[in-house]
Amino acid sequence: MLKRKEGKMSIREIVNILDADLLCSVENESDVNITMACGADLMSDVLAFIKTNTLLLTGLTTPQVVYTAENSGLNVICFVRGKKPNPDTLALAKEKGIVLLAAKNGMFECCGKLYKKGIIGCFETSKKQTFDQAT
Amino acid sequence: MKTVVHKAPSKTQELTYELKVKQVMRKKVITLKPDSTMNEVRRILRDNKISGIPVVDGTRLVGIVTIEDLLICLHEPEIKGIDEKVKNRMTKDVATVYSDEPIVRVVGKFDKTGYGRFPVIDRAKKKLVGIITKGDIIEGLLKKLETDYHKEENYTYSVSEIFKDLNSNGCILTLIYKIKGGDFKKAGEQTSKLRKNLLKLGFSPETIRKVAISAFEAEMNIVIYTPEGELIAKIYPDKIVINTTDMGPGIPDVEEAMRPGYSTAPDWVRELGFGAGMGLPNIKNYTDEMTLESEANKGTNLSFVVYAH
Repeated sequence: MLKRKEGKMSIREIVNILDADLLCSVENESDVNITMACGADLMSDVLAFIKTNTLLLTGLTTPQVVYTAENSGLNVICFVRGKKPNPDTLALAKEKGIVLLAAKNGMFECCGKLYKKGIIGCFETSKKQTFDQAT
Repeated sequence: MKTVVHKAPSKTQELTYELKVKQVMRKKVITLKPDSTMNEVRRILRDNKISGIPVVDGTRLVGIVTIEDLLICLHEPEIKGIDEKVKNRMTKDVATVYSDEPIVRVVGKFDKTGYGRFPVIDRAKKKLVGIITKGDIIEGLLKKLETDYHKEENYTYSVSEIFKDLNSNGCILTLIYKIKGGDFKKAGEQTSKLRKNLLKLGFSPETIRKVAISAFEAEMNIVIYTPEGELIAKIYPDKIVINTTDMGPGIPDVEEAMRPGYSTAPDWVRELGFGAGMGLPNIKNYTDEMTLESEANKGTNLSFVVYAH
């Protein structure tokens, strides 16, 4: 039996798990911890459901992703499917103090990898966060 | 039967979890080489009013020599006494702490070991980066308490200054933001400015979040559908009232537009991550009051209220 525990993850750990590039970081990087993640390409959905201190996985690379992050109080964005943001988005993220990552894998793989390591979804937070899995 | 009372942790207790060793340690460490003599130990302890010195070989920590070692050494003058080398007198198995550990762990270690100081090691580089004593911890906690206190003081100060100190029967602060239609590079910028001002005024994060998300959706609507518009934020001590007007085509069926999922957005808007018919329902969810008035070809007038708490 393999027990999945609720995980708290640093930026470094996320970078390692997703084999992602760190495009833009913040000064207090070691203080940033993630427990929840949300995968979405629809910013209105993000604005509707996301909690603070959540990692956003998205295939969208416009500056509005950064504004969405700022306004909903999340500080780490990971672009999936090997997408890289344009210089405007990158500059805006630096200005707003938002961490940007870029992963080569698709949305599904990225979400799966993080979920396996204990990161939970925004809808799941009220439940008890352990489940047993037969190995 | 025993009743267990769970008390909320004090601010200082919270801080011991929050503060890391590297934030309170002394970065300038006086060190000695293994071949230094106990006489040098005596001089350094006296000149710097300290009680222990880490011994390093290159950058590697190999031991620690304390005032106790010196006293024992002075007591045995028949050997080499004060001229003896540090490496023969130092404690080789040194208790250390990592620079990224929270203070609470170090407090526990002080309690358990009774030592007066711990050399601080960088976890990744395995290098001596500082030294920490109980005094450093107390000083660090006091400094942090003081800065936190000042921060709180500043916030209440700015709010009270604007809302209370102006002699009137009531005070409303009005901020106006112009929004240009079609400019996607800057769509979101006005909300960002508003958000920063609300932070400065000391509103709670939850209040600011509700206003920011709603204002951002409203700003996106103006950028997407209209040539230009305006966002006016009226800030009261206990609530924020936002009003947006635009020169757009108007919403033909307001009731239908409020239904989650209803959208008239073209594909290119959806490609930007918006236009899925969630904007207006989102605003309704995050605000305490919302009214939407629109007439075809005359533009749209949206207002919403978020009460501060």
